[in-house]
Amino acid sequence: MIGYLLSIFQDYTLRTVLLGSGILGITSGILGTFTLLRKQSLLGDAVSHSALPGIAIAFLLTKSSSPVVLLSGALIFGWVSSLCMMFIVKYSKIKYDGALGIVLSVFFGFGLVMLSVVQKLPNSRQAGLNKFLFGQAATLLKEDIITMGILSGIALIITFVFWKEFKLLVFNPEFGYTIGLPMKKIDILLTCLIVVAIVTGLQTVGVVLMSAMLIAPASAGRQWTDRLEIMAALAGFFGAVSGITGTLISSKTPNMPTGPVIVLISFALFAFSLLFAPKRGIISRLISAHKNNLTFKNNLKTTIRR
Amino acid sequence: MCKKVLEVNSLTAAYGDKPVLWDINIDVPEGIIMGIIGPNGAGKSTFIKSLLGLIKPVAGRVKIYGKPYKSVRKKVAYVPQRESVDWDFPTTVLDVVTMGLYGSIGWIKRPGKKEKQLALNALGKLGMKEYCNRQISKLSGGQQQRTFLARALVQDADLYLMDEPFQGVDALTEKAIINLIKELKNKGKTIIAVHHNLETVVEYFDWVMMLNVKCIALGPCKEVFTEENLAETYSSPEIPCQNIIIENEKSIYKSTKSALLRGEKI
Amino acid sequence: MISPQFEIQLIAVVTSLACTLAGTFLVLRKMAMMSDAISHSILAGIAIAFLYTKDIHSPLLIVAATATGLVTVFLVEILKNTNLVSEDSAIGLVFTSLFSVGVIIISKYARNVHLDTDAVLLGEIAFAPFRRFYIGNIDLGPKSLYIMTAILIVNILFISLFYKELKISAFDPGLAFVLGFSPGIVHYGLMTVVSITAIGAFDTVGSILVVALMVVPPLTAYLLTDKLKFMILISAILGILSGILGYQAAHLLDVSISGSMATVSGIMFFLAFIISPQKGIIAAFRQYKKVKTSS
Repeated sequence: MIGYLLSIFQDYTLRTVLLGSGILGITSGILGTFTLLRKQSLLGDAVSHSALPGIAIAFLLTKSSSPVVLLSGALIFGWVSSLCMMFIVKYSKIKYDGALGIVLSVFFGFGLVMLSVVQKLPNSRQAGLNKFLFGQAATLLKEDIITMGILSGIALIITFVFWKEFKLLVFNPEFGYTIGLPMKKIDILLTCLIVVAIVTGLQTVGVVLMSAMLIAPASAGRQWTDRLEIMAALAGFFGAVSGITGTLISSKTPNMPTGPVIVLISFALFAFSLLFAPKRGIISRLISAHKNNLTFKNNLKTTIRR
Repeated sequence: MCKKVLEVNSLTAAYGDKPVLWDINIDVPEGIIMGIIGPNGAGKSTFIKSLLGLIKPVAGRVKIYGKPYKSVRKKVAYVPQRESVDWDFPTTVLDVVTMGLYGSIGWIKRPGKKEKQLALNALGKLGMKEYCNRQISKLSGGQQQRTFLARALVQDADLYLMDEPFQGVDALTEKAIINLIKELKNKGKTIIAVHHNLETVVEYFDWVMMLNVKCIALGPCKEVFTEENLAETYSSPEIPCQNIIIENEKSIYKSTKSALLRGEKI
Repeated sequence: MISPQFEIQLIAVVTSLACTLAGTFLVLRKMAMMSDAISHSILAGIAIAFLYTKDIHSPLLIVAATATGLVTVFLVEILKNTNLVSEDSAIGLVFTSLFSVGVIIISKYARNVHLDTDAVLLGEIAFAPFRRFYIGNIDLGPKSLYIMTAILIVNILFISLFYKELKISAFDPGLAFVLGFSPGIVHYGLMTVVSITAIGAFDTVGSILVVALMVVPPLTAYLLTDKLKFMILISAILGILSGILGYQAAHLLDVSISGSMATVSGIMFFLAFIISPQKGIIAAFRQYKKVKTSS
């Protein structure tokens, strides 16, 4: 056992990937709690798809596939796409689901166009781009982790600093307005942080699966408590566990891609929480429903007898 | 001697382990106009929806004209709350009213001239004939309500179940609606409506059902609409809508309060 | 001889028509993202069926994929009904899990086969003319054309037969239920149509273009008209335009065809968004100015 653990820590690549997955898990878990409560769960899907053109264009402009450059491109386009979604919902009769679908497909389609331009270039560095599309966690390098770490760290720090304001935004924005808080700016700030969380996770799990990391750990955490702080902490924990466990399993199994394994583990944690959490969980509900039925029936019997 | 239009036995509905309706036992006779009143969260909408099978009760039985709802579908018309549909949907007033006849047309077949005429007649009764080709996104609240009522009217039902028909409509529309309801009653129909304005209960309704999760009182207004019953109906605390909001609002309040006390600027 | 270019555009047109038809009602029911969900989750069905038959051309793959589309909808409904998960979370959870299952199976067991995640996501309509449909020795044209045409016919039949049922269950599902139209039948019927369309279009245009065609032209039409029949017609025209203009642009600039078609549909949406007489931005500004000057 100890030998196994040691071998993990001595394996440089594995260490790097583990760190990356862990960071991804914590950040997306915590920020995912906010998207979950605001019923914006699929925002992750749309933003991660929208990041593609940003990555391609950043590469085209700079000819560099350093993570800082590519992530910046992704961030800009991710942010622009969330603005577009807000615009569409605010200024037309189209609802949120439609805005998501439009932005997701159009931005990604544009990204495909840009990608095809990149693929015509005789530059071998383009392999780095595939990392983002399909999430090849095994190819994470030290510089990737450093970039991810710094961005995620900043995002988390800002989240903690503005925790009260974000909480107000989610639960009672009207009250926030009345005590003079600039709720609109806070909204934009939160969205920015979410975009950061999404974009930093792309390299690990890829475009399609990134949305799972915003949803599953947070949904799992939701089942255990009604308090935001505990929910977010649990979500971060579940996210980290999924990331780390998923990475370990896929590293030990041949031909096993990391991203999907992480996602399936986070789903398993969610399913477990859904079934077994006390009070909200399904098993406990069945038990209490059974008890309640007996109570209902008993009360009804006494009522009828009256 | 009067036929019973509604027989409800031990109707109990719940969301999770929170009861929304508890042990409702009532009989409603035919040919009256009955109002359902009660505070928010009292289960009034849930009650109507349980009668129609839109919500599955935890316990109890509902009989309409002595049979379960499915067998007497054609005799019952439903007017839901206005917010229950998206008024941006691309359709016309006439189209919405014609939808009321889809049940009698059945699957696959298209509505024809006969249906169109019936729909126009119903619209005429509500004073909406000239709006028949108007897009529903361009209607006022009162016009929307009249459209919904025309949709119910066109079904030529015997029992009309209405959820807050007077909510947010102008005085003229309210008058038109109540006149229609009284006309229906004169034809021997029965109308049950969820209502929110206590001041008009006695004027509009023959019977009233006072509901707050339990049925507090049921019967002719003159007998049942008393101070005592009103006090009991509106006394129970409202059911909290979501634990999560309450919990987090408490902590927001606490931290804001302590910050204020410390003299901080929020 | 019919040129490959013409064939490609023909396939694009037929595919756009099939997708916009299915997508219009999806969008009216506020389920636009189901197109994204289904087009990704069917990978699981394809992968499992492939494991079983080892034959990439087996019709079992299509059956399994359609079934997976329905399974997706079913699982989302189950999660929703627990009242512990919101609809959008349910969609996200289900399709990402199924997609993960698909990717894992393919990576482990189907490494060297054409069934490649790249192709699945991105598709390449340019290859369509090379996969022909033969009866005996007669080359009847590209296989995808026949498949998509068949799907288009199914969609047209479905929409015309169940037009009023689709309309009422999108507008007022409560009333639909109360009048005796089981919402389940209409729902699963529409989702079957969506699944079949996604599967057919998958191979040629990839899942993203499927989403784009199902969602963007219908919503553009939604901004341009208040009448349902026109909405269907306009979205069909916009879909065809996206297909043809998109192809021409891709040909000219030598870029991804699917991406180009999606981008064109987006540009058209953007234009409609700005100029739409009643609902667009210009109208909103006009209103704003009116109020300002009158106050």
